[in-house]
Amino acid sequence: MASVSAVLNSEWTKIRTVASTTWTLISAFVVTVAMGAALSALLNAQFDDLPAAEQATFDPTFVSFSGMVLGQLAMVVFGVLVVGTEYSSGMIRTSLAAVPQRGSFLFSKIAVAGALALVVGLATSFVTFFLSQALLGEHGTDIGAENVLRAVFGGGVYMGLIAVFSMGVAAMLRSSMLSLGILMPFFFLVSQILSAVPGAKSVARYFPDRAGSKIMQVLPDAMNSDPAPYGPWGGLGIMVLWVVAALIGGYLVLRKRDA
Amino acid sequence: MIELDGLTKRFGNKVAVDDLSCRVRPGMVTGFLGPNGAGKSTTMRMMLDLDNPTSGSVRIDGKHYRELREPLKHIGALLEAKAMHGGRSAYNNLLCLAQSNRIPASRVSHVLDMVGLGAVAKKKSKGFSLGMGQRLGIAAALLGDPEILMFDEPVNGLDPEGIHWIRNLMKALAAEGRTIFVSSHLMSEMALTADHLIVIGQGRLLADTSMADFIHENSRSFVRMRSPQQERLRDVLHGAGIVAAETGDGALEIDGAAPEALGELAAGHGIVLHELSSQRASLEEAFMQMTAGAVEYHAHSEREGAQPPPVGPHWGDRWTGQAGAGSGDGPKGA
Repeated sequence: MASVSAVLNSEWTKIRTVASTTWTLISAFVVTVAMGAALSALLNAQFDDLPAAEQATFDPTFVSFSGMVLGQLAMVVFGVLVVGTEYSSGMIRTSLAAVPQRGSFLFSKIAVAGALALVVGLATSFVTFFLSQALLGEHGTDIGAENVLRAVFGGGVYMGLIAVFSMGVAAMLRSSMLSLGILMPFFFLVSQILSAVPGAKSVARYFPDRAGSKIMQVLPDAMNSDPAPYGPWGGLGIMVLWVVAALIGGYLVLRKRDA
Repeated sequence: MIELDGLTKRFGNKVAVDDLSCRVRPGMVTGFLGPNGAGKSTTMRMMLDLDNPTSGSVRIDGKHYRELREPLKHIGALLEAKAMHGGRSAYNNLLCLAQSNRIPASRVSHVLDMVGLGAVAKKKSKGFSLGMGQRLGIAAALLGDPEILMFDEPVNGLDPEGIHWIRNLMKALAAEGRTIFVSSHLMSEMALTADHLIVIGQGRLLADTSMADFIHENSRSFVRMRSPQQERLRDVLHGAGIVAAETGDGALEIDGAAPEALGELAAGHGIVLHELSSQRASLEEAFMQMTAGAVEYHAHSEREGAQPPPVGPHWGDRWTGQAGAGSGDGPKGA
């Protein structure tokens, strides 16, 4: 049994020595912050033109996370590449020959990459919050206001969980291209569209991104969004279940299949 | 020491490795020989616990691979060139492996120098040629200074200088008492490096023999004679009690007679000879004949010499029998 700290050390070296880590995480940060700031500035200028229903449920915290829709895609790419390049490069055989305990190998990798994604996610969510509040001016809120800290902290956790979920999916599918081909359209299109279709709504609200993003809302049903039968923590719990399922699936595939 | 015991791998209905039992001993280079698709790579992947055997087991110094603590310190393997992340430098690719088995980072530079990649250690490995990739893989195998080394087709992609280098490296490592297991589909390559041979075809053990025995058994020497007076020559040889076999191209082949004696015999009877030559069957031919019944992918336009002879496993039985007698509990014929 290889020592866990040695394997963690090795996985950290793997992550910090490839270029994809830097550019995916920087993209996640820049896209989320820039889009959140732009929308905040726009809403500040046009607040009076908003429909009454949206004015009534205006949630300045949630507005600052508008960029998450795109920023999370960069987190998906990060998560998929961390696991998927082991397969696409053929490195997986070398890696498993060095660490034949497949559980130690996979979970060390995911722990290191997940921790890094969480740190970047938290930095992103705090920066985008403060910048957006400044741009929202008189319509903005304060970090000390009720539930705001929970939402901002939750935004960072959400980004970390999206990355870990993608790692689990990539471990199940054993391919970067296949995983990106499924996850990108799912998070960017399918989930967004289904949650707007009357019949599919009730199912779509249990998707990981739909459920998890509730944590970022300070007001329930913020911005006149779809009411959900769970609260912010309930939503995050649903997302965690998805993540756990993906990790178990990824582990079982890695344990059973020939490398 | 590597021990395979009844190792079997099936992919659906197809049997890739069929009840393979043998031992790979320390202090020598053991060649693992078989035509393409014979199951060599699958066997090696099962040895490293990458593929799960359908049945049977592999033991490395008496342990299962998964039970090895820091396995790179026991066994190093080159499976395929470029099983590394191309965006990472050669140094960093090896550093990840070293750290996972608590091998000091200084060893990384050492093995890179050893394989001649010291100058490109900081270069991304995706720019490497096939030969450089192969050297990087060999460096990875040497990383933990292991007692057992496995190389899957190591000469692939190497230039003549590189081939010479890897041959000498394997011999030197074996001379240090290490176990060297190297696969190839080229008998000629094995003849230059291996001390012992394990031959498989269609996943089955065909031979487990020392190289010296293999050469002794298979390098048949004979004399080839051709004459315009073929009938008379035959009669004369027959009269002298010499058995001559007719070949397809109108020549005679005689086993166990000196060319001098045959030439004098012909001269004594006034027979004109167009050819009198001493011949030696190549090891490559012996190998092809042994595995002919077990070759997975035959070329469609087969030449006369390459017809599958009705030998098959009988060939192997002789050698496996010998090996069994030597080690006491060696492999039994399939």
